[in-house]
Order: sequence, then C-alpha cells, then structure tokens
Amino acid sequence: MSKAGKVFTNGLLNENPTFRLVLGTCPTIAITTQAMNGIGMGLAATFVLIGSNIVISLLRKFIPDKVRIPAFIVIICMFVTAVQMLMQAFVPSLYASLGIFIPLIVVNCIILARAEAFASKNGVFYSALDGLGMGLGFTVAITIIGAIRELVGNGTIFGAQLFGEGFEPMLIAALAPGGFIVFGLVLGFVNFITRKAGSHEHDEEEKEEEAA
Amino acid sequence: MSFNVSTAPHIRTKESTSSIMRNVLIALLPCLIAGIIFFGFLSLFVVAVCVVSCVVFELLFELAMKRPVTIKDCSAAVTGMLLGLTMPVTAPWWMCVIGSAVAILLVKQAFGGIGDNFLNPALTARAVLLASWPGRMSGGAFVTPNLLGKYASLPAIDALSKATPLAGGQYSILDLFIGNIPGTIGEVCKIAILLGFAYLLITRVISWGVPVIIVITTGVFGWLFGLMKGGETLNPLYHMLSGGILFGAVFMATDYSTCPMTALGQIIFAFGIGLLTAVIRVFAGYPEGVTYAILFMNIVTPLLDKYIKPRIYGEPEKEKKGGEKVA
Repeated sequence: MSKAGKVFTNGLLNENPTFRLVLGTCPTIAITTQAMNGIGMGLAATFVLIGSNIVISLLRKFIPDKVRIPAFIVIICMFVTAVQMLMQAFVPSLYASLGIFIPLIVVNCIILARAEAFASKNGVFYSALDGLGMGLGFTVAITIIGAIRELVGNGTIFGAQLFGEGFEPMLIAALAPGGFIVFGLVLGFVNFITRKAGSHEHDEEEKEEEAA
Repeated sequence: MSFNVSTAPHIRTKESTSSIMRNVLIALLPCLIAGIIFFGFLSLFVVAVCVVSCVVFELLFELAMKRPVTIKDCSAAVTGMLLGLTMPVTAPWWMCVIGSAVAILLVKQAFGGIGDNFLNPALTARAVLLASWPGRMSGGAFVTPNLLGKYASLPAIDALSKATPLAGGQYSILDLFIGNIPGTIGEVCKIAILLGFAYLLITRVISWGVPVIIVITTGVFGWLFGLMKGGETLNPLYHMLSGGILFGAVFMATDYSTCPMTALGQIIFAFGIGLLTAVIRVFAGYPEGVTYAILFMNIVTPLLDKYIKPRIYGEPEKEKKGGEKVA
C-alpha cells in the first residue's frame, strides 16, 4: 500500500479515534442518540480536522514549540466557528440537536491529538489525508453507535420507523447509561473482530516489509 | 494403625458454590409461594421465564466463548429467581427475557463470570428494565393482591392497579407484614422473606449483620427525614415493612461478590444502603430506592475493600502519630 493509502486508512482502522484511541468519548456518548446526529457531528469534526491539519502543517515551521498548544487551539477555533455558523445557517435542526457539542469541537481531543501527533510533523498533503481518514473513522464509528442506540431506544433508524405498533423501545439505550453500554459493547466487538483478523493482517505487513 | 502425613488443611467443609446456591434457592421458595398465593399462577410463569432464560443465556454464552459451563452450580438459576421475584406480576415474557440477558450476558459474563461481577446481576437487570419501560415496572404495573385470585390472563390492569404503600397508599401494619399489598412478586410477603432469612442464617450462607443494619437504618432515617421534611411522615416500622427493603437487604445486598470482605466494610456498606434508601424514598422523585441504593454501594465496595484492610497477624502496627509507616 502506498504511503498515502496507509495514512488515509490509518484513521479508519488501525488508529480509529473512537474504537482504537478512545478519544472524543464525550461527544461519542452524548450525541449518539440518533444516527443522524452521528453523521452531522462526524462531518463537522471531519471538516475541522482537515482544515486545522492543513493550516497547522503549513505553519509548523513558524509556531514556536513552547506556545504550540495555544496556537493550535486558535487555529482550530477558527474552523469550529466557521462550522458552527454554517450549520446554524443551513441545517438549523441538526444544529439545535447537537447543541453545545458543536463549539466543544474546539477541545475535542481527536483534533488536538492529530495536530500534535501528525500535522505538526508532516507535509500538507499527508496532513489533509490524515484529517480526512481520522474524520471519516470518527464519523463511521459514532454513526454506528448512533444507529444502534436509535434502533433499540426509539425503534427507528435515520428517523424511519422499522417496527410495528407493538414494539416497545428500550428507553435506556437512548439515555446516558445506554450510551456507555452500547459504546462499550461495540468497542469490545470491534476488538474481538480485529483480534481475529489480526494474525492475518500481521502476515501481510511482514510480507510487505520483506518486499520493501 | 496407620498414620497419614499430610499438610493442612485437615478438616474440609462440604460447602461449595452449588450447595450455597441451592440453599439460596430453597430460601427463596417461601417468597415464590407467597407470590403465587397473592398474585396467582401468573407469578410462577414470570419467575420460570426468568430462571429458564438466565440458565439458557449462561449456557449459550459459555459454549460460544468456549468457557467451562457453570450452569450446574445454580448461580444462574438464583439470578433468574431473584430477577423474577423483583418483577411485577404483570411483566410480559419478553421483558423477563431481556432482563435475564442483561443480568447474565452484560453484568455477569462480560465481566468474567461468577465472582467477577462488580454489580448484582439481578438488581442491575431490574434497574435497566425500570429505566427502559418505566410504565411496566412501576406504578400501574403493580396490581393489588387478590388472594388466590386467578390472574391467569390479565384483565384490565388499570382497574386493579393501586399505589404501592410508599407511593401514598394506606395500609395497616398487618397487611404490610402478611403481604396483602401491591408490589413485586417476591417483596410483598414479609413472613416469607423472614422465613428465607432464618433458613439462610441456619445454613450459615449469610450472617445477620448486613440485612439487620440495612433495615434498621432505613426505618430510622426514613422516619427522621420525614420529620425534617415536615408534613405527613411514615413511622419507622412502616418504612421497614413497605417496598422492597426487606427483600433487598436479605437476598440482594448479601451477594458475596458485591459486598465488602471486612466487618467494618460491611457495616459501612449496610449503613450506606439504608441511608441512601431513606434519602431516595423521602427526597427523590422515585417512591422506592432500594435498587439504586444497593447498586450504588456495590460500586463503592472495591473502595471499601481497598481502604479497610485488616492487619495481618504478625505485621507490626502502623505508627499513629504522623511518622513514617512501618512496612
């Protein structure tokens, strides 16, 4: 796999921010009551991630080491403010349901972590790709959690009714405890699957290293 | 005469997990019988669904995960029985099955099986059901007992439902004691619970400390908080005999893996349950709080065990006056 491909899929699988790095758990648990919220939150964070990664990567030689965190935060703030205003203007209902968690993207540890661990050390192209991969990984993860919680806790998926009248939704899935329970179960399930596939993947990596 | 040379221990107890669990099952029988007498054979159905589904979930999970199958030790059956007895008789079968799945799969097996659960499985399942289907687990779900009445099929529940004693119904102490009150299947009849308690004490499955402290603390503080709050207050006896406090204190709080190991820890544990129950009953929005009180203290248990450690025999006493601790 080319380096670009590796950087991109890194966020989706190997270092998935939600299931592998367990970062950004606050929005993960708080807003995943519906699948749509997951997509909205994920895409907003993806936009901010790509933007901030690009700008931080461009400025990485100018930002003094000692004040890099405040500098990163200011750059992230800029993109979050833009996202917030755009969402308020074009998707007001989603904006309302995500509430405080849009401005809180500023302190989302995924974004700060990628700025610190990747963008401040790599070129613009790879930083943008890393932001895209991480953002999509985050989006997919919280949409899955959101879909499960919406299905169990409300009987719908993306707002569409799935079951008949007789179905009584399990309310707890839509409440805060349900967030923790579903997150934990999905996390365990992902670990279970990747561990099973692990040995296979490991072999492939070794082969690639040999070829290189 | 031959002398065998062997290392200690020389005298072994016959007690085992399965014998303890069987004793708990026997101790729960009076409650089940009382439930059948007060609520009809439908209560037997509810309990049976819980027991069977708990055992089946345990079996399936352990087979799927290739762990040793432990259904013979009866612990899953005890969990199912406890869960069934804390359900209202009106509980539909699918709710029993989901509750059993939560108890066995989520609380017990996901954390490593018997002895490794940090919460009481049956009680957690009850809390999950209560949060998920509040209408089916509280208030209108509790029907008035109908002595040997045949709730074979459920009639119009609304006509039968009545407030539980804590939600403002008026009942005599005698009714509370006998169990002629609305409530869950196992909690209403205090005589049956006390019989079970006596059996557990005789067979030394549990000691009397934790249940007694819980019940007394709940009564005293429920009454005191009622006085503080003003208005109509319930006397201590009424607090002790209503709701699920007696059932919870005897059968739920005494679960081995979720209560502290030391005597002092157990006293704090029991006192905390009583106090929290009283606080929830008097000040919070729920009429009954035993479930949450016990679960909360379950979570505190590892802390109690960590900070209250008995001195190991032969270990020097720690210096008391600020000096360095002698290891």
